[in-house]
Amino acid sequence: MDEFAVEMRDVVKIFPTPEGGEVAAVNHVTLQIKHGEFFSMLGPSGCGKTTSLRMMAGFEWPTEGEIYIDGTAMGRTPPYLRTVNTVFQSYALFQHMSVFQNVAFGLEMEHVPKKEIEHRVRDALEMVKLSGMGRRKPKQLSGGQQQRIALARALVKRPAVLLLDEPLGALDLKLRKEMQLELKALQKEVGITFVYVTHDQEEALTMSDRIAVMSQGKVLQIGTPVEIYERPNCRFVADFIGETNFLKGRVKKTDEDLLTVELLDFPREIKGVGQGNLAVGQEVSISIRPEKVRLEDDINDDTAPYKDSDNLLRGRVLTTAYVGSDTRIIIDIGHNISLIVWEQNHISTLDPQAYYTAEDKVVIHLPFENTLVLPEG
Amino acid sequence: METDILKPKRKFSLVRALREDSAFQGIALISPTAIYMLILIILPMILVAVLSFMTRGTYGNVVYKFNFQNYVRLIDPIYLRILLYSLGVGLATMVFTILIGYPLAYFIARSPVRKRSLYLFLILLPFWTNFIIRIYAWIMILRTQGLLNTVLLNLGLIKVPLDILYTPAAVLIGMVYEFLPFMVLPLYTSLEKIENAQLEAAADLGARPLRAFLRVTLPLSVPGMIAGSILVFIPAMGMFVVPDLMGGAKTVLVGNVIRNQFLTSRDWPFGAAASMVLMILTLAFTLYYTRKAGFGEELLV
Amino acid sequence: MSEKKPALWLRIFSFLVYVYIYLPILILIVFSFNTQKLNIRWEGFTFKWYEVLFNDSNVMLATRNTLLIAFISTLVATVIGTMAALALQRYRFPGYALTESVLYIPVIIPEVVMGISLLAFFALIKFQLGLVTITLSHIAFNIPFVALVVRARLHGFDKSIEEASMDLGANELTTFWRVTLPTIMPGVLSGAMLAFTLSLDDYVITYFTAGPGATTLPLRVFSMV
Repeated sequence: MDEFAVEMRDVVKIFPTPEGGEVAAVNHVTLQIKHGEFFSMLGPSGCGKTTSLRMMAGFEWPTEGEIYIDGTAMGRTPPYLRTVNTVFQSYALFQHMSVFQNVAFGLEMEHVPKKEIEHRVRDALEMVKLSGMGRRKPKQLSGGQQQRIALARALVKRPAVLLLDEPLGALDLKLRKEMQLELKALQKEVGITFVYVTHDQEEALTMSDRIAVMSQGKVLQIGTPVEIYERPNCRFVADFIGETNFLKGRVKKTDEDLLTVELLDFPREIKGVGQGNLAVGQEVSISIRPEKVRLEDDINDDTAPYKDSDNLLRGRVLTTAYVGSDTRIIIDIGHNISLIVWEQNHISTLDPQAYYTAEDKVVIHLPFENTLVLPEG
Repeated sequence: METDILKPKRKFSLVRALREDSAFQGIALISPTAIYMLILIILPMILVAVLSFMTRGTYGNVVYKFNFQNYVRLIDPIYLRILLYSLGVGLATMVFTILIGYPLAYFIARSPVRKRSLYLFLILLPFWTNFIIRIYAWIMILRTQGLLNTVLLNLGLIKVPLDILYTPAAVLIGMVYEFLPFMVLPLYTSLEKIENAQLEAAADLGARPLRAFLRVTLPLSVPGMIAGSILVFIPAMGMFVVPDLMGGAKTVLVGNVIRNQFLTSRDWPFGAAASMVLMILTLAFTLYYTRKAGFGEELLV
Repeated sequence: MSEKKPALWLRIFSFLVYVYIYLPILILIVFSFNTQKLNIRWEGFTFKWYEVLFNDSNVMLATRNTLLIAFISTLVATVIGTMAALALQRYRFPGYALTESVLYIPVIIPEVVMGISLLAFFALIKFQLGLVTITLSHIAFNIPFVALVVRARLHGFDKSIEEASMDLGANELTTFWRVTLPTIMPGVLSGAMLAFTLSLDDYVITYFTAGPGATTLPLRVFSMV
């Protein structure tokens, strides 16, 4: 067995555009997916994640580069000769066949004996909690159930890798959350490598062992959910995963553990953790997640605990929104810049004074280790 | 992008092309149709176009000598009158099928979903009998000792039998009957597609039912009406069977002229010229209306 | 459109149109059992005309010819037309626009013109007119109708079910027989139905391409009217 379940080596995929030009849907992508891993490809639509998945499945062939599955170069191997199976976004169930026939189809193609097919299909349906539904037609099932059939149909083949193309995209929010946990549990249970394409960052964070964030045909960052969220390597990743505030700046000093950045919009120095090789004078974005900020009333006297140099900004509350677990506050810090801050509601109280309200003067404290200095991109 | 540098040219393989080249797959699938249409539609059309510039020989043969004589002959007032008359019959058929077909299509589109296909089926069912048989039935109804006159005379509504058969009115009755489904089906298709929300929006914005109909329903059903008009007008223009059987000697349409030139007078070049004129007229009609509203889906249900 | 009950006048009007559509057919059926030959006056019930019909060898031959032509032309046109529909709906290839517009020609050209052009063509290549020429001509006008109907039904065909089939281990051929064809079958059947109907009903094209020997039911009926 090769070290990697799937490997993309410098893969390029070029499509003709309707205008007669060419567009690189996948642009020199290299990545390795380990055996038994839950690997997500995350990005906005058109970032090349689905095209990458389709090339692994064999529905498209790379224009350049090579895809290896379990160490074997795939070249132009057709889908039916590959040891991977796909769960489609539209489920792609065969409407003219019963649920049982759908799940049995792949085994029939392998000429599995009839007895064994029956046995394995029953097991697969049981696994997705749809025992006894075998005789129904896909149309008679709910969206969630159809999704499970699609999953059973692919898993019954015991593929080396299961490819999932936004499989939960058509489900409503509640069902989607349930299915996320179920899918994750299922993956642990069967131990098959999952390659999961999604544009939903929360979904990717919830389920994945590792995530590849893609944009415009390129992989920007590959890492665990914690790495991706806590240490994004560029502005795009920080922006795409979760919410964040950006301040524009220029690197002033790099000689300490922390970088010192001069803000562009108003004279102020901010210190933070740098990502990648940043040189003095380089333009950067400072990223501060809304929940990683400390907020205090600005009592505006000499006993104030902070000095201006300690990564703090003063501002005025514009609006607040109470959302239960926390209160979302938009703060005007002057110079036409506002920041979003989430204050967790630690204490249960009905006293309106306990919450920030519009026009409150506040001090925003940016902890050094929570302040990221990122290259543009 | 330097994509095909250094890529070894692979030898052409039919199996690989069929499997991997989507344009090749498309061509493989279309070629039987393309070849068939080329031989039995395009070539015969070209032949007719060529024939229309030839001359009739003494024994009804074709003399291959290029000239415009056949077209000049068509400018004769007799033929111009026939042409205009055909145009009139075609347009009248179209108008009457709209007048009868629109309310019917509207009725079906407004009926409960489960009844709609039954109503549509009922429109098509009689047309599974043969065209000639249906015309024959109308002759039995309309002729002097026919059903209509018998009934009317017995009821005392008329004293003398009406002479409807072998008049232009009889031709129109036959044509409208024959072509009604071609109008109703496309009209139904476009009416059925109109979402109720649009009519509700019109009502919500203050339009009374009649205004809502005129401002919303009618404009949205125009594509269906155009497709139906094309499907009715073109065959009506070229029709010769109905005028033959129901119009008597008085009613001669372009279709009759063409038929006669090819089978009775055996002046193929002249018949071909008349065909060309008819074809150009119908094509012009089609192009004019399809430019106004795309057709396709409505054309076939 | 909504399911609001159609207005009364609309229902009455529609009922009358249905009467108009069915009246001739009903009269034909009723009077086919009439003992009187010429007059439209009910004289008595008889099966005589059906006996005459079934004993008329010419009529029987014409019926056989009609069915044979309809059957063969439907079969061929359905296969070829379905292929064309698949090509037009799912592929882009050189000459796409041209083939697409050629396909509309038999739909938008008067039948009489198509009839004489086929007659002239068969005469030019000295092809003996008869059952073969009728069948070839019926195939020619049926292909476009089948292609257009099937294509309309292919609209919205989810290509991913074919990918799913290949993904599950079926090759291209198996995928076509087990997945694609069963899925588009309703469209193919309605195309075939239309072709069969058009072929049975056709008078004009048959009239020009039949020649002296061959006769079909519509031609036979016409000669009897």
